[in-house]
Amino acid sequence: MLEIKNLHVRIDDKKILNGLTLTVKPGEVAAIMGPNGSGKSTLSYVIAGRQDYEVTEGEILLDGVNILELDAHERAAKGLFLAFQYPIEIPGVTTMTFLKASLNAQRKQRGEAELSTPDFMKKVRAAADKLGVPQEMLRRPLNVGFSGGEKKRLEVLQMFLLEPRYGILDETDSGLDIDALRIVSEGVNALRSPTRGFLVITHYQRLLDHIVPDVVHVMSRGQIVKTGGKELALELEKNGYRDYVTEAA
Amino acid sequence: MAAVHETVETVKSVDVDAYKYGFVTDIESEKAPKGLDESTVRYISAKKNEPEWMLEWRLDAFRRWKTMTEPDWSRVHYPKIDYQDLYYYSAPKKMGDGPMTIDDVDPELLRTYEKLGIPLREQEILAGVTTSRVAVDAVFDSVSVATTFKAELNKAGVIFCPISEAVHSHPELVKKYLGSVVPVTDNYFATLNSAVFSDGSFVYVPPGVRCPMELSTYFRINEQNTGQFERTLIIADKGAYVSYLEGCTAPKRDENQLHAAVVELVAHDDAEIKYSTVQNWYPGDSEGRGGIYNFVTKRGDCRGARSKISWTQVETGSAITWKYPSCILRGESSRGEFYSIAISNGRQQVDSGTKMLHLGKNTTSRIISKGIAAGRSDNTYRGQVFAHRKATGARNFTNCDSLLIGNRCGAHTVPYIEARNASSTFEHEATTSKISEDQLFYCMQRGLSAEEATALIVNGFVRDVLQQLPMEFAVEAQKLIAISLEGSVG
Repeated sequence: MLEIKNLHVRIDDKKILNGLTLTVKPGEVAAIMGPNGSGKSTLSYVIAGRQDYEVTEGEILLDGVNILELDAHERAAKGLFLAFQYPIEIPGVTTMTFLKASLNAQRKQRGEAELSTPDFMKKVRAAADKLGVPQEMLRRPLNVGFSGGEKKRLEVLQMFLLEPRYGILDETDSGLDIDALRIVSEGVNALRSPTRGFLVITHYQRLLDHIVPDVVHVMSRGQIVKTGGKELALELEKNGYRDYVTEAA
Repeated sequence: MAAVHETVETVKSVDVDAYKYGFVTDIESEKAPKGLDESTVRYISAKKNEPEWMLEWRLDAFRRWKTMTEPDWSRVHYPKIDYQDLYYYSAPKKMGDGPMTIDDVDPELLRTYEKLGIPLREQEILAGVTTSRVAVDAVFDSVSVATTFKAELNKAGVIFCPISEAVHSHPELVKKYLGSVVPVTDNYFATLNSAVFSDGSFVYVPPGVRCPMELSTYFRINEQNTGQFERTLIIADKGAYVSYLEGCTAPKRDENQLHAAVVELVAHDDAEIKYSTVQNWYPGDSEGRGGIYNFVTKRGDCRGARSKISWTQVETGSAITWKYPSCILRGESSRGEFYSIAISNGRQQVDSGTKMLHLGKNTTSRIISKGIAAGRSDNTYRGQVFAHRKATGARNFTNCDSLLIGNRCGAHTVPYIEARNASSTFEHEATTSKISEDQLFYCMQRGLSAEEATALIVNGFVRDVLQQLPMEFAVEAQKLIAISLEGSVG
């Protein structure tokens, strides 16, 4: 279980999260929707362990253990994965090299043996085929010159390889055309399992047509202001966030 | 990514001030009296039993040197060097005029090179103790102690021997080429070298011969207060090919040591010389005490049509590095290349780059420079690209990238570009970047530690250049990069 309790976060004296409480159960897909600037991306960074943010109060528990003291790479090895809204370019490092380094770094931390090259290749090929990622793309430097759609697809491919316990998707739908959206969603759906949870951050209802959530949270000014079923997303699509923004003020 | 993991492991196993090659070999040596005057020059020449013409050449250089002043235009700072407080010649005592066979070499010396990972016994190399077959000339302080694979090279007609030996065995070649690329009057340090150079390597590859193996010289400064002034001369005759690598280390000492070498390359019609350097002189400690002053003049002359000279350097050592391996593109359609990785950490200062002088028609050159600054170091790229009035159709492409790690270091780029004819095409690209928090976080989110992430990003940054190194040394260089960057994260 991923539990966020009364989380207060600020960056450079600016308060961004104000006592946010949220739970994602294994097997659950939770969606977070909210207007720009409500703190959705900050939440995803803080869970993943980005350092620029100061947690002034509250805790984040992964299966009952507080992970706030852990570095980002340690949290990753414990099974937290963040699909970035804007994946980062690393010139000169081929995608394949990066994938292998990541996977083996996590395995090493967990005390598992490194994957042999043939086993690794088999795994990558399977994931790449599923997501329609051409082999040629894996030989290019990581994210360098990739289109928006390619980058997002590669994020999901990494999630496939790393098999996290909790996947956080930060606006994975942004910049995707309809076909790419379908492929990426199918990828995520294929990963759904009774032991794996997802936190899907999005502005728009359309992603939730493809990745159907179990629960929808509305976030505003650094708090969860409303929780409901998947029909809540449809209501937001119709009426906008207006009601919730004023409510939180 | 085995290499990255290995590098990270290596980094963890040594502490910040550890320099793996910092040991001193306890060996009796024979030195010239301290200081520099005409008698020092005569002493060195006499030690080598040099012919009169060689002595005259040295004395001429010395007289000129006395009239010159030390240059100060580079972006490096160091206390004034007292040239009278140095030894200009130091040789392991039992060496005499150099060994005839490997069995004459003092076992203590052999052990030193073993410790450095340089095998000098051919039978061991052949027995597969090491996998790469590279002919090595080992220079210890002022003399060459051993040269391997001589017989096999002889069969191919390749001459590879200490330059002190070449003066005797091939005087006509030495007379013809020595100082023909870097003239005696060239610059303060080159002129000093011309007066007091002690040893170094000599290579001649005859017409049409492709040298059957990599050639390598391994320089070691051992003695205290001793300058090393080696001289390397490589000639590739028409249609010949040779690939040469130099490596260097020195013990950890508190005082600074001067290293002023001269390297001259000559490529005739259709010849190609590939010259690689892995420079790992002692860089000094984290406070900037000690370390080598590496003031070196390296120049290649593409004398013949369609000739090619390619410099590749991985610079991680020295307190101060001041060198500009250059190409004179004289022959029509000749080509010069310069690939460089210069890493500075601690208090190191680097002012390095290249010169591409286009004199012939349709000459081309390519410069790829990667500077990485960490700690409190300063890293300057200084490069000149010049096209003569008659060098029509000359082309140059320059790409000059700097990477900063931390916020107390500096990266500087100083290009000089001049085309004196209208048909030349020069391109210059330059970037300066930092390893961004975004990149580090992204890698760490995937499971890599901060150190592993930095090693991965830096290896990506220098990849274009690493690919230019001979295979045997690329992995070595990759490890060296991680070691040089240790302590730069966090």
